[in-house]
Amino acid sequence: MQFTPQLEDKLKKLMRNYPIKRSALIPMLLFAQDEQGFLSQETIAEIAGRLELTVPQVEETISYYSMLRKKPAGKYHLQVCTNISCLLRGGEELFEHARKKLRLAPGETTPDNLFSLEEVECIGACAWAPAIQVNYQFHHELTPERFDQLIRELERSRT
Amino acid sequence: MPVSEHEVRVLTKRFDLPNSASIDTYLAHDGYQAFEKALKQMTPESILEELKRSNLRGRGGAGFPTGMKWGFVPKESPKPKYIVCNADESEPGTCKDRLLMEKDPHQLIEGILIAGVVVGSHQGYIYVRGEYRYLLEILDRALEEAYARGYLGKNILGTGFDFELATHTGAGAYECGEESALLESLEGKRGIPRIRPPFPAVVGLYGGPTVLNNVETFSAVPAILREGGEWYAQLGTPRNGGTRLFVLSGHVNRPGVYELPMGFPLRKMIEEVGGGILGGKKFKAVIPGGSSTPVLTADALDTPMDFDSVAKAGSMLGSGAVIVMHEDTCMVKVALRLMQFYAHESCGWCIPCREGTDWLSKTLHRFHSGGAREEDIGLIEHLAKNMLGRTFCPLGDAAAMPVISFVKKFREEFEMHLSGRPCPFESKQEPATVSR
Ligand SMILES: Cc1cc2nc3c(=O)[nH]c(=O)nc-3n(C[C@H](O)[C@H](O)[C@H](O)COP(=O)(O)O)c2cc1C
Ligand code: FES
Repeated sequence: MQFTPQLEDKLKKLMRNYPIKRSALIPMLLFAQDEQGFLSQETIAEIAGRLELTVPQVEETISYYSMLRKKPAGKYHLQVCTNISCLLRGGEELFEHARKKLRLAPGETTPDNLFSLEEVECIGACAWAPAIQVNYQFHHELTPERFDQLIRELERSRT
Repeated sequence: MPVSEHEVRVLTKRFDLPNSASIDTYLAHDGYQAFEKALKQMTPESILEELKRSNLRGRGGAGFPTGMKWGFVPKESPKPKYIVCNADESEPGTCKDRLLMEKDPHQLIEGILIAGVVVGSHQGYIYVRGEYRYLLEILDRALEEAYARGYLGKNILGTGFDFELATHTGAGAYECGEESALLESLEGKRGIPRIRPPFPAVVGLYGGPTVLNNVETFSAVPAILREGGEWYAQLGTPRNGGTRLFVLSGHVNRPGVYELPMGFPLRKMIEEVGGGILGGKKFKAVIPGGSSTPVLTADALDTPMDFDSVAKAGSMLGSGAVIVMHEDTCMVKVALRLMQFYAHESCGWCIPCREGTDWLSKTLHRFHSGGAREEDIGLIEHLAKNMLGRTFCPLGDAAAMPVISFVKKFREEFEMHLSGRPCPFESKQEPATVSR
């Protein structure tokens, strides 16, 4: 299977960092997922082959890491933190608001594949709570109003 | 970033400079001087002496003396030695390493390089949690700059010393912040902890001796070599040298990351640095060192925030994350949410942790939803105490110790939840939704 030249370049650099091939596995999976949206069977087999691993070895590794997924998420994957610092500053209310606003249950994706929603553990933004991540982008000190505004902006950038 | 007049800015002193992450800014403000000194004027022994004099203790959680840790690495080793920086930062309440990498990545690189000089290692890795992708980019840029200017690579500064350094991304797992699980993850496997001893200093990455420290720990090293161990030590309290990046979060008016001297009084931290309790409410409780540390109440507010004093007060300084809660906070709810976290993050390898966190989470959920019976208070204590010291890695203790403290200090709140009705605090708060 073919990866894009950018990804190939990234993977080539990555492989140079380690004395054993398997060390590259987790970054490789994540970088491939970033480009393809999720880890398909084809991608898993390809990566297993490159690192001289079996498919089950790769699968058991994937199942351990919460960011690695075998199904697509929305174009904008909304991750709302409800852990302690966010909880104390309205993180749960924000998550509830997001569920209603997007009419999504956790783990679901909107029919147009634009948004998916997940409740997450501490994302390292505790001093700027409540916080969310949209893909890798942090949004700090969110209120329901600012959340709605963010959704509007993301909807506009759809095209 | 909010600032406070109480701050003593050693590690954060360059944070407000324009382009603080660039190597030019770093070099114009003392950058790489300590490394050059370590390489050209000092011996590994004299560097270790300086570190020991500084009373620097690990900022990742346990507070282990850094000089001593580096001293455990054997001089002769048939296998290559490694330096690993723990940038997994996943302890709830903690977001300080993030700023150190974002604002001053070269300070971290310099600290790692010095560790390489001390133990004779030629390869290092910075293990960054997957969610911190933007930091991977900042760090990679900084590494490129350091290679281009000859601070990394072969024959560094013409001394014959070689050192390669690379970033490595995780992919979402709290347990991978635990040192031995991190090493497994760095080898491309599930983050399952290793049995110790042997400790990583002797058998670590790829079986080689490995120095593993937190981002803040490495970042403190350049200033120590530049200004002297004694100077650093006197910033703090006896046996607790230097400053610490405290993360103030929860119910304070000015949450933020503040660099304060070790031993800074807790009350002053909440009232003056944090601007007091949100909405003029009354203080109720504080978790002083990240979610894994026991909760403290008003009688502990005069504790100096250093490792030994917080331990004496019955908790731990941990990762320096100070989480403040006011009078309307339901302690059962907080205990429940934290236990849900530990149940979710338990790697499942050992039974006391996997089963214990799950049972505790379910029992706490019964309390919060109004379905608990009187004997369930005892059940919580029984379950938690049976986890202590019986798990493969400290995650089990990290889950058990706080819940024991919640029951001990707020027993009456647990009893209030026995009425058969849902949480009595809910009238003051929005309903709970978490049910994982
Ligand atoms: C469950 C668990 C999670 C941990 N997470 C982190 C972390 O995110 N960052 C960190 O530096 N240390 C973490 N630690 C502590 C590390 O195991 C290790 O003690 C530390 O990185 C050593 O560095 P130091 O000596 O500089 O503190 C964790 C420990 C446990 C048990
Ligand atoms: S608790 Fe939400 S970001 Fe840390």
